Amino acid sequence: MAKYSTNDFRSGLKVMLEGEPCAITENELVKPGKGQAFNRVKLRNLRTGRTWERTFKSGESIEGADVMEVDLQYLYTDGEFWHFMDLNTFDQQEADEAAVGESAKWLKEEDMCTVTLWNGSPLAVAVANFVSLEITETDPGLKGDTANGGSKPAYLSTGAMVRVPLFLSIGEVIKIDTRTGEYVSRA
Amino acid sequence: MLAPLWQPTASIDAIQARAAMYAQVRAFFFQGQVLEVETPLLCSTTAMDPYLDSFSLSCGRFLQTSPEFPMKRLLASGSGPIYQISKAFRQNEESSRHNPEFTLLEWYQPGYSLLQLQEELLALLFLLAAESTAVSWGSDSVTCRTYAEMFQSIVGLCPHTCTDDALAKVAKQATGFDGELARDSWLDLLMSHVVEPKMPSGLLVLTDFPVGQAALAEIASDERGHDVAKRLELYIDGVEVANGYQELTDGAEQKRRFQADNDQRLVNGVAQLPIPEHLVSALHAGMPATSGIAVGLDRLLMKLMGKQQLSDVICFPWGRA
Repeated sequence: MAKYSTNDFRSGLKVMLEGEPCAITENELVKPGKGQAFNRVKLRNLRTGRTWERTFKSGESIEGADVMEVDLQYLYTDGEFWHFMDLNTFDQQEADEAAVGESAKWLKEEDMCTVTLWNGSPLAVAVANFVSLEITETDPGLKGDTANGGSKPAYLSTGAMVRVPLFLSIGEVIKIDTRTGEYVSRA
Repeated sequence: MLAPLWQPTASIDAIQARAAMYAQVRAFFFQGQVLEVETPLLCSTTAMDPYLDSFSLSCGRFLQTSPEFPMKRLLASGSGPIYQISKAFRQNEESSRHNPEFTLLEWYQPGYSLLQLQEELLALLFLLAAESTAVSWGSDSVTCRTYAEMFQSIVGLCPHTCTDDALAKVAKQATGFDGELARDSWLDLLMSHVVEPKMPSGLLVLTDFPVGQAALAEIASDERGHDVAKRLELYIDGVEVANGYQELTDGAEQKRRFQADNDQRLVNGVAQLPIPEHLVSALHAGMPATSGIAVGLDRLLMKLMGKQQLSDVICFPWGRA
């Protein structure tokens, strides 16, 4: 992999830091008029999602990370791995629980996902911001109760639980904001 | 949405404010009988500072990082007080507060102490601020500290006497930096990452710098007997805006510092540079005791207008130039 000097640093650049693939999210040159220049950098650890702050001496180089993002279709899970397919090449990828993480709650067969590949293997799976899923279990709907803002738990086809308004019933398809895990509307 | 790339990033207001600022600066120095001069930007030598990177052209010349050397040659020729509004160039310095091509106001007052020059600088700033709606600077918005007072109050170490190890330990803890640095770079790291964010708002004048950061300043003893560089830096809201010196006049000492800069450049793995012999000769011929200062006009205008980034006041910054 190529090495990148601090002069190449920019938001979005993928680099290796302490053995972990990271994406630079912020890069700030800090330089006293006549003194040593530094780059103060924020990086997102692509494996854990955590943000790291590091300072580098300007001119230092660090190794690039072989990371790319691809749009893949979710096929199924066998309980241990989640399987995805590239609709252009029909290549399949399997992602483990660490890579799928919280996204597992929102994965519906045939939905498209953004999969981050590191050295060719899935590192992270991101679902769309909004997904539509069917309610499989909830208390009976209360007809006419559309205004007073009460809510109840509902279990979805993926096994996820969300709080929904009282008027919804089993079999209805609803739209969820996957960033907050909250009900948005009927789909 | 960003404006299309052919368009300026600075508003027409900012472009007009710059023109008005230049007119005020020129009137200020005309009144003070300081002569406006013009010196070459493409020279056969350039600044030697190990951490300044001049643009080096294929013809063997360098774009100047400041007009300091030729202006000192004028001083040694009997010019008397002089000033210049000049472009300056520093490679690889690009950020919200750096543009590789920028504008300096640089002036020299033979016979002035650093304190007298500081008073003149503040008089100019108050004058410019009187036209500004974003700032109201007056003598009550000025804080004066020595570098050591400021550094010690925030970092807890004396920058003149603490050990390199103590500096390194505190700096690594505070910044997460992991590596080896020279003493003055540990100081730079702590100043830029730890001290600057905690500087008072408004105008801050720092004086008496560590000797390793003397550059082209005289060295003298402070009241505690520490050797210090007779240098002053003006910060506005924690942003470095001006850098002044009680100028070094000793030609032999100047040459020795240039050679030390080249030694440090070798250690840093950057190009060694030709010694600016014309400046050394001028000092040998005799330059009067002088205080001089360079003010970053883009940053000053940014602060005068209450803006956060240089691209708000430079019409075509680096990415659009």
